[in-house]
Amino acid sequence: MEILVCVKRVPDTSENEIQVNSSGTDIERDDLVYSVNEWDNYAVEEAIQIRDRVGGSVTVMTVGDDESEEVLRREMAMGADNGILLSDDAFENADGRAVASILKAAIDKGKYDLILTGAQADDGAGQVGGMLAAMLDVPYASLVNIIETIDDQKIKVGREIAGGNQEMNEMNLPCVLSIQTGINEPRYVGIRGIRKVASVEIPTMGAGDLGLDADAVAPKVKRLDYFVPDMGEGAEMLEGSTEEIIEKLMELLKAKGGIKS
Amino acid sequence: MEPALIPPAEAAVLGIPTIIFSVLIPVAGVALFAYIMAKRIAPLVFSNPDFRFDRIPERVAAVFKLWLAQWKQPRYRLAGVIHIMLFAGFIILSIRSSSLVVIGIYNDFVFPGLGGALGHVYNFFKDYAATLVLVAALMAAWRRGITKPKRYDVPEKYGKPHTGEALFVLAMISGLMITESLFEGTEAAAAVQKGLEPEFIAPLTLAWLFKATMTAMPEGGLQALHVIAYYIHDLIFFSFLCFLPLGKHFHVITSLFNVYFLKLDKGAVKPVKWGVDDEKLDELESFGVKTFEDFTWKHMLDFYSCADCGRCSDQCPANAVGRPLSPRFISIKARDYAFSHYPLKGRLKESEPLIGGIYEEDEIWSCTTCGACEEECPLMIEYIDKMVDLRRGMVDEGNVPQSLQKPLSALEKRGNPWGKMEKKRAEWATKDKEFKAECEVKVLEKGGDAETLFFVDSISSYDDRIIQITQSAARLLRTAGIDFGVLGKLEKDSGHEARRFGEEMLFQTLKEMNTEAILATGARRIVTADPHAYNALKKDYSGLPPVLHISELIAEAIQSGSIRLNGNGDPGKVYTYHDPCYLGRHNNMYDIPRDVLDAIPGIQRVEMEKSRDRSFCCGGGGLMLFYEPIEEQRMGQLRVEMAKAAGANVIVTACPFCMVNMEDAIKTSGLEGEMEAIDLVELIDRHQAA
Repeated sequence: MEILVCVKRVPDTSENEIQVNSSGTDIERDDLVYSVNEWDNYAVEEAIQIRDRVGGSVTVMTVGDDESEEVLRREMAMGADNGILLSDDAFENADGRAVASILKAAIDKGKYDLILTGAQADDGAGQVGGMLAAMLDVPYASLVNIIETIDDQKIKVGREIAGGNQEMNEMNLPCVLSIQTGINEPRYVGIRGIRKVASVEIPTMGAGDLGLDADAVAPKVKRLDYFVPDMGEGAEMLEGSTEEIIEKLMELLKAKGGIKS
Repeated sequence: MEPALIPPAEAAVLGIPTIIFSVLIPVAGVALFAYIMAKRIAPLVFSNPDFRFDRIPERVAAVFKLWLAQWKQPRYRLAGVIHIMLFAGFIILSIRSSSLVVIGIYNDFVFPGLGGALGHVYNFFKDYAATLVLVAALMAAWRRGITKPKRYDVPEKYGKPHTGEALFVLAMISGLMITESLFEGTEAAAAVQKGLEPEFIAPLTLAWLFKATMTAMPEGGLQALHVIAYYIHDLIFFSFLCFLPLGKHFHVITSLFNVYFLKLDKGAVKPVKWGVDDEKLDELESFGVKTFEDFTWKHMLDFYSCADCGRCSDQCPANAVGRPLSPRFISIKARDYAFSHYPLKGRLKESEPLIGGIYEEDEIWSCTTCGACEEECPLMIEYIDKMVDLRRGMVDEGNVPQSLQKPLSALEKRGNPWGKMEKKRAEWATKDKEFKAECEVKVLEKGGDAETLFFVDSISSYDDRIIQITQSAARLLRTAGIDFGVLGKLEKDSGHEARRFGEEMLFQTLKEMNTEAILATGARRIVTADPHAYNALKKDYSGLPPVLHISELIAEAIQSGSIRLNGNGDPGKVYTYHDPCYLGRHNNMYDIPRDVLDAIPGIQRVEMEKSRDRSFCCGGGGLMLFYEPIEEQRMGQLRVEMAKAAGANVIVTACPFCMVNMEDAIKTSGLEGEMEAIDLVELIDRHQAA
């Protein structure tokens, strides 16, 4: 099975202190460290496991700048066979629709049976997977937590439903699935793994290679502002050391009847 | 001297000269033994290299102390004494036993050097030795069969109990002693009958008993017994020899070598591959131990040498709290793997992966590398290096628990396992206004120099609770008049746990960055309050200035009077010192922290039963804080109970991870208010005289 996984390089929320910059246009990007979007990492692991079961290859693809190559390498160190970087100055402010358009153009250049994306990205809106499926005119399932291969035409796909329920579906290939975390246990990639694939060539495609004009990738959604919301009615920020915060929280919970002493 | 009975070399049965058996039994025995040994050595041929041919004087000294003097045996009093009796008896009787084999062929054979008076002295002692060994064997059998100490139990998942094998060997040993004494006793009894002067037999020995009870026996009977005893002895002797390499008694043969080739540098971790420099690690195809053949020959020898005594597992904290790890079975399972994959008969079996085969992932991640098992092993079997090698293999395959992946990735990106910002590393010194006002700390991240570099390490830089210890340490350094500075954002995690969790390349990266930053300061020495950082800088790094633990500097300052302590004995407080594994066992620093504690006027201090080199791990440091083990109880909880049992209400430790684990354990055991934990540095800081 030929599997494509769309991945994204994001600032990892657990290793960064995310702050809005002073002009309110973006987050403060100095001193950030980046990694593969967590959901995407599960998608790549799933793709590798499917390939190891039924054969084929795994390609990872990302829309981003030169530095995004690092996440492709990390996923290749995990076991993906190929990486493709989609990079162009014209892609810089791409919104969800533009990213889906760029991916679609690149996907049309190859042949894939199964296309996986993360269910969402740390810094995204969870829209690329669905849009991409629509543009490709193939079936789509979101929040996938089980994939079973039936044959080279069909797969069975499980989705997590609110309230801890499970849904199972049968789908025709090719299709797009957005992958939920917890579908597997992604393998570890260390410095050694990355060094092993350090010299592997990763082809880059720009707008010209993909036959995209500036219009096709121009954002249709304009970001107006970026800010920390004002504290609303009834909200209270607890301050102090961790111990003090815990103590205050316990008091509050007891006082409001949340827990019984 | 005229023999009173016909010796085996000249006897005949039904006209067949018995000398035939005297030749056949040893020839067959030695041939079979050589064959078995060749099969046993086979896996070592496929093993990885291990450099153990250096430092000969140290190794010889270790053999005298640990092998010949059985240094570690008395740590388990009764079993130890029994073993020393058996061992000493064997050493003494080895001469007699080998002489006996030759006597069956040349009756006049005398062991070289034992012809004259020395021979009589030897005979005197060897009679006692044989008797002692028999008594010891019976005591051992009693323990194995009747009292059954718990540590010999084999949990069901590890297979059948090993009692049968133990009893069988004890029976063979007893048989050897009885037949040897019988051989001698019958000869002496016959001599008495014939009015000849018998060889002097030491009173109250087994041979003496036989002689005394058999003088009335008809000569024919004595003659038959004499020859039969000889050949039974001969048969058992060679059967015993060939049986040794088939099980736990292999140690009788391998122990001498295992002790000679012991690991000399405690606390250090073996390189990924001996003979491959750190710079060449990238060229290695594979990392760590994945199959049995990836072990070094010494580690294979360890497996062969395991005597199955269970002392390691008896001391192992992971085993004590029900984690799926028992060091004893790390050895026994690997030994059984070697036996089944390199069989005595038939072809070698295909190599199989160890993880998922004889070992489970959780088994290998359960080890805190505290070193209690290695400290206890009378045969100097290593475990930590094997754990690290197995983990290296798992890391290389991407097989790392999810709970450890985040902290490892954070170490790679941010230089600390919590993913905290590098620029905040020295905030404990710069952001706390109150502290800053009383103790200005030089942060050397933009240059500058200091005589002493204070290496803080991650937990002591970022953890809210541990920062208090760090600040106390800084205050004490200032009081002691030491010119010190910290690296600030240039300092990365020491990588001590990254290395011990098998992430060698991450460790190498951290090491390089730290080494460069430390050397750039031009500091003459390094001090740290974290035993893990201390051990890393001392054992894992090279080319650094001398590394000290802060308790050494405090002890010095107290001695010189630059730190003065006051106190009223803290009425109602009873202190106990908990030895951190990486200060105590791995670095032999037991007395300095205690001396520092005792320097507080009027302090009341008690010792826990498990202290010093038998200290019980708090639960592990560094990445172990993130790992989610399968366990019934926390190690810290057991430790807190031990402190309580000792009558203490304050646990003093000298390691930030011990502090985290102890405080957690006090809370989870519901002992808040009854028990507290404090770091040595904090305690001294609080008792500083104004």
